[in-house]
Order: sequence, then C-alpha cells, then structure tokens
Amino acid sequence: MSFLDYFRGKKSSSANVAKERLQIIVAHERGQRDQPDYLPQMQQEILAVIRKYVQISDDMVQVEVDRNGSCSVLELNVTLPER
Amino acid sequence: MARIIVVTSGKGGVGKTTTSASISTGLAKRGHKTVVVDFDVGLRNLDLIMNCERRVVYDFVNVIQGEASLNQALIRDKRVDTLYILPTSQTREKEALTKEGVEKVINELSETFDYIVCDSPAGIEHGALMALYYADEAIVVTNPEVSSVRDSDRILGILQSKSRRAEMGQEPVKEHLLLTRYNPDRVERGEMLSVADVEEILAIPLLGVIPESQVVLNSSNQGMPVILETESDAGQAYDDAVARLLGEEREHRFMTNQKKGFFSRMFKGG
Ligand SMILES: Nc1ncnc2c1ncn2[C@@H]1O[C@H](COP(=O)(O)OP(=O)(O)OP(=O)(O)O)[C@@H](O)[C@H]1O
Ligand SMILES: [Mg+2]
Repeated sequence: MSFLDYFRGKKSSSANVAKERLQIIVAHERGQRDQPDYLPQMQQEILAVIRKYVQISDDMVQVEVDRNGSCSVLELNVTLPER
Repeated sequence: MARIIVVTSGKGGVGKTTTSASISTGLAKRGHKTVVVDFDVGLRNLDLIMNCERRVVYDFVNVIQGEASLNQALIRDKRVDTLYILPTSQTREKEALTKEGVEKVINELSETFDYIVCDSPAGIEHGALMALYYADEAIVVTNPEVSSVRDSDRILGILQSKSRRAEMGQEPVKEHLLLTRYNPDRVERGEMLSVADVEEILAIPLLGVIPESQVVLNSSNQGMPVILETESDAGQAYDDAVARLLGEEREHRFMTNQKKGFFSRMFKGG
C-alpha cells in the first residue's frame, strides 16, 4: 500500500478483491483439470454407497487424486453429520 | 520451417484481432515473410482491420474444400510487401475447418512463410481449438479483469492438453502473456488488476502491456494496424512486443501514468 492510500483509508480495493477471488477460482479449476475423467462418476457412486447408511449432502464428500511422479494417491474426505 | 503463433484468449472482445493484425504487420516490417490467418469463420473481422475487405475473392474454407488454391486466396498487403492475409469465410459454419484441412493449409504455408499468425475466434470450442492445435507459440491476450484472466487460464490448460504438441508429447507450446486495454490510472486507484497481479495468477512470461488507447479505435476505423501508428503509445507497445517475440530485450513501458506530476511520483516513491 502506498503512502497516499494510507490516508485515503483504502484497505481492500476492488482490485484486491478481484485478485483474491481469481486466485481461489483458478486454483480450484487447475485442480479439476488434472483429474482423471472417471472421477465425477466415481464421486457420485461413493456418495450413493455412503447414503445407504448416513444422510449426507453432495458437498460432504471430496474426492481428489494427487499425482506424485509414478504413483497416484486417491484422497477421499467424508464429513459425517454430527449426531 | 515456419513458426506458428496463435493469438488466443477464451473470452471474446479482448483484442485478439487487433493483436493479430499488429503482430503480423510488425513481424513483416522487420523483413520476415508473414501470413496472418483468420480462424473466425462466420464473422470475418481481420480483413476489415487490415483494410483488404474489398479484395477478398476466395477464402480459407475455399482452400480447405479444394475450391481455390492458396495463391488465389492469399491477399498481399499494400503497405508491407512481406505480409499476406488469408481471409476467412463469412457464410460457412465453424465446422468447415477440419483438422486435416487446416493441417494441409498450414503445411503448405509453412513451405514459404517464416511466420504464420493465427487469429483465433473467442470461446473454447471447435474454432478456437483448430486455431491453436498446430501452434508452436501462443500469445494469450488478456484484459485486466476477472473473467478474462479466468478464461486465459482455461485456454492455457487447453494449450497444455489439447494442442498437437501436447498430444504428441513434444516440447510444450511456448506461452506469452499480452495484457491489453491496460489503464495505469485505474490500477493506481485500486480499481483494476495490475500487471503484477495478472502475472502472478497466470504465471507465464509477459510479452507486453498494451495500454487502453483511443488510437486503437481510430486506426481500426481506417483499416490500419495500430502498430503502424508509430507515434502512439499502443503502436509502440505492440512494436516492443514484436521485438521481444524475436528475442530482443526491451524494458516494459506504459505501465504507469506518464503524464503524472512530480509530486505524486514522489509520494509513490517511484
Ligand atoms: N488497447 C486497446 N485500447 C482500446 N480499445 C481496444 C484496445 N484493444 C482492442 N480494443 C477494442 O476492443 C474491441 C475488440 O477488439 P478485437 O476485435 O481485436 O477483439 P477480439 O478479441 O478479436 O474480439 P472477438 O473475440 O470478437 O474476435 C475493438 O473495438 C477494439 O477497437
Ligand atoms: Mg477477433
């Protein structure tokens, strides 16, 4: 922030807001881009299986594939509702 | 072997055609035999910007479909004699550009030209994919604005996965960021993303910054690539970009307001 901005009392300008929003959306989209094609379908099926036992909403299951050189790790994150 | 450069963006109306016209004119002015190809089938704007709309007889699609030879379709520029324009069709569908057809034309152009500049249509569909498929390098035209930056990032993803180089596992398409319609005043007031912001998000090398300028509209009204307006800021900025494309080192200009007074400079510490 410049000296003049300090007096104008400008903390988060609209450009800063734009930058932060972009960083989040671009990171998210890049993550999706590298995912294998079968992932969305698999996520739906995993959801269906869990729903046989617990009621959860779509956003409570997160599936990601992390690639590390020659090996990939499937990361499955399920948030269960509080009892 | 020609260098094939696609001018692309994802988002529409950000300055691809303006850029294609100026970059190709700049390359040709430096003596390189250059052709600029209009991939925007159905719209056809490049010939207007290049002031050759009344000389179009055959087009890119006619050549692909074997209705005309390349020599019949190519239009020689009246200002720079190493520059040629391959106009596109106003009446056909985008699907008229087949992969095989485009390849045939690109290969034939490669035999005689040093540079092939491809003016991509907006979007990420067929026309845009055809324009970038054979590229060796990509100029990603971006405005300092959220949707444009996001679309540029998507186009970068496509260049890295769907271009011929990506599919063949060759060295990746060389990416260049061209930030256009830049307004340093608004950046200083915190109303517009800065060059540094966009560079940080897209993380590709900066080819140039083209300021928002009245001259662009004036010159397009007259069918004159803005790079030929050698006194103008936008014209000079494009000239710098061409020089950098050819490997010259040039300091970036037009990133701050030049008419700014001494005192506000002092307060900024620059
Ligand atoms: N640096 C600039 N300053 C001011 N106006 C500009 C600048 N660059 C482009 N423009 C204007 O923006 C408009 C769109 O430019 P242009 O046709 O080059 O964009 P495009 O990306 O090719 O659009 P499309 O996606 O429709 O093909 C035109 O009116 C042009 O004059
Ligand atoms: Mg255009």
